[in-house]
Amino acid sequence: MARRGLAAEAAGTAVSPSRTVTLRISRENPADARGGERGFSVHKVPVEKWTTVLDAILDVKKHIDHSVAVRYSCRQATCGSCGMLINGRPRLACFTKIDELGADTVTVEPMKNFPVVRDLVVGFERLFEAHRGVKPYVVGAGGSGGPPGAAEAAPQTPEELERFVQFSACIKCGLCNSACPTMATDSSFVGPQALAQAYRYVADSRDKGREERLKIIDESHGIWRCHFAGSCSQVCPKGVDPAMGIQLLRGYLLGFRK
Amino acid sequence: MPGSGAAGGEGGAGRRNMGGIKGMADPRGYGIERVAYWLMRLSGLGLLAYFVAHIYETSNILRGRAGWDEMLATTQTTEGHVLLAVVIGMCVFHTANGVRLMLGHGGLGVGRPARPDYPYAPLSQGARHKIGIYSSIVLAAAASMYGLAVMFGEVH
Ligand code: SF4
Ligand code: FES
Repeated sequence: MARRGLAAEAAGTAVSPSRTVTLRISRENPADARGGERGFSVHKVPVEKWTTVLDAILDVKKHIDHSVAVRYSCRQATCGSCGMLINGRPRLACFTKIDELGADTVTVEPMKNFPVVRDLVVGFERLFEAHRGVKPYVVGAGGSGGPPGAAEAAPQTPEELERFVQFSACIKCGLCNSACPTMATDSSFVGPQALAQAYRYVADSRDKGREERLKIIDESHGIWRCHFAGSCSQVCPKGVDPAMGIQLLRGYLLGFRK
Repeated sequence: MPGSGAAGGEGGAGRRNMGGIKGMADPRGYGIERVAYWLMRLSGLGLLAYFVAHIYETSNILRGRAGWDEMLATTQTTEGHVLLAVVIGMCVFHTANGVRLMLGHGGLGVGRPARPDYPYAPLSQGARHKIGIYSSIVLAAAASMYGLAVMFGEVH
């Protein structure tokens, strides 16, 4: 094929030879009147160096079986929709290249610790409920009535911003909750996602809701259920490090931090 | 929802899909921190079992000298020595790793929040805690081996 229009260096770039991997997709439909038993559909898919797991699933959806249920939107690790277990580990399908898995078989399943809606799609009600529960907004001087009005806007130094900005990167993908060993057995546990967000607002110099928020997480299925296994931080695709946030938050409750 | 292949909303969620005991107790896939979590739970349960057994063992003193000697004799066997060495290991690991965890739980050694850079190595899983975990394992193994040497008469 003529390479007209390509820059010289681009024309010289070796194109990786495509290969084929086996994609195993977990299939189940709890709404199915026949009981919706679980199984896997197995497909051979061609992959290139840049093919993501989501690309491969969508390839199957487009060319082989359109009934595969998968949730996605941004395709760039921003919306938090496409979390799933990929070869046993929670990851974003749009952010995981098949090549980096170094495996000839890729198994995709719905995330653990979330109820299954269908195939790879899980329900996020609990995640969002726990998130809302920690008051994920800057509480103004007027109390817990909601975010501060424009009149209350307070200046913040770069140092004050540094204390929480890392935790603002959370995209609510739920990977951390899926990896958490406490969540595996305690569905009432508030979870690393919500606890990290509690820290994000507690550490915000503009926030006046610290006491209230600390009280919310200081309960039997709250912060003390975290045993610092750290798996949440290892799977977070945005570098939020929920385990750090939770331990720092505990520092406030124990009186080590002011 | 853009791009959604799912039929209906999340209200129809079915199987709870909890990891369960298997998900909680599986130490694989998340590095040494998850192994430490698993060892901590296992050693905690082991020490609890030993505590109960120990109360039973010492309660034999109520059977008088003969009863006590008889009980002691059952612990002076190869199996008894190996079991005690395991208990020593569990005790040392649980203590040393427990100190690491207590410091971590207070927010010590977990790093300072900062703008993360790709590939986002989490600071809370940094070298300090890894060293703490490996040291706890090495200490536990060393204490067990010393215990075995003493019980089998290699060291006096
Ligand atoms: S903390 Fe990380 S893993 Fe957890 S929901 Fe937020 S972005 Fe996802
Ligand atoms: S599709 Fe948005 S995070 Fe993957």
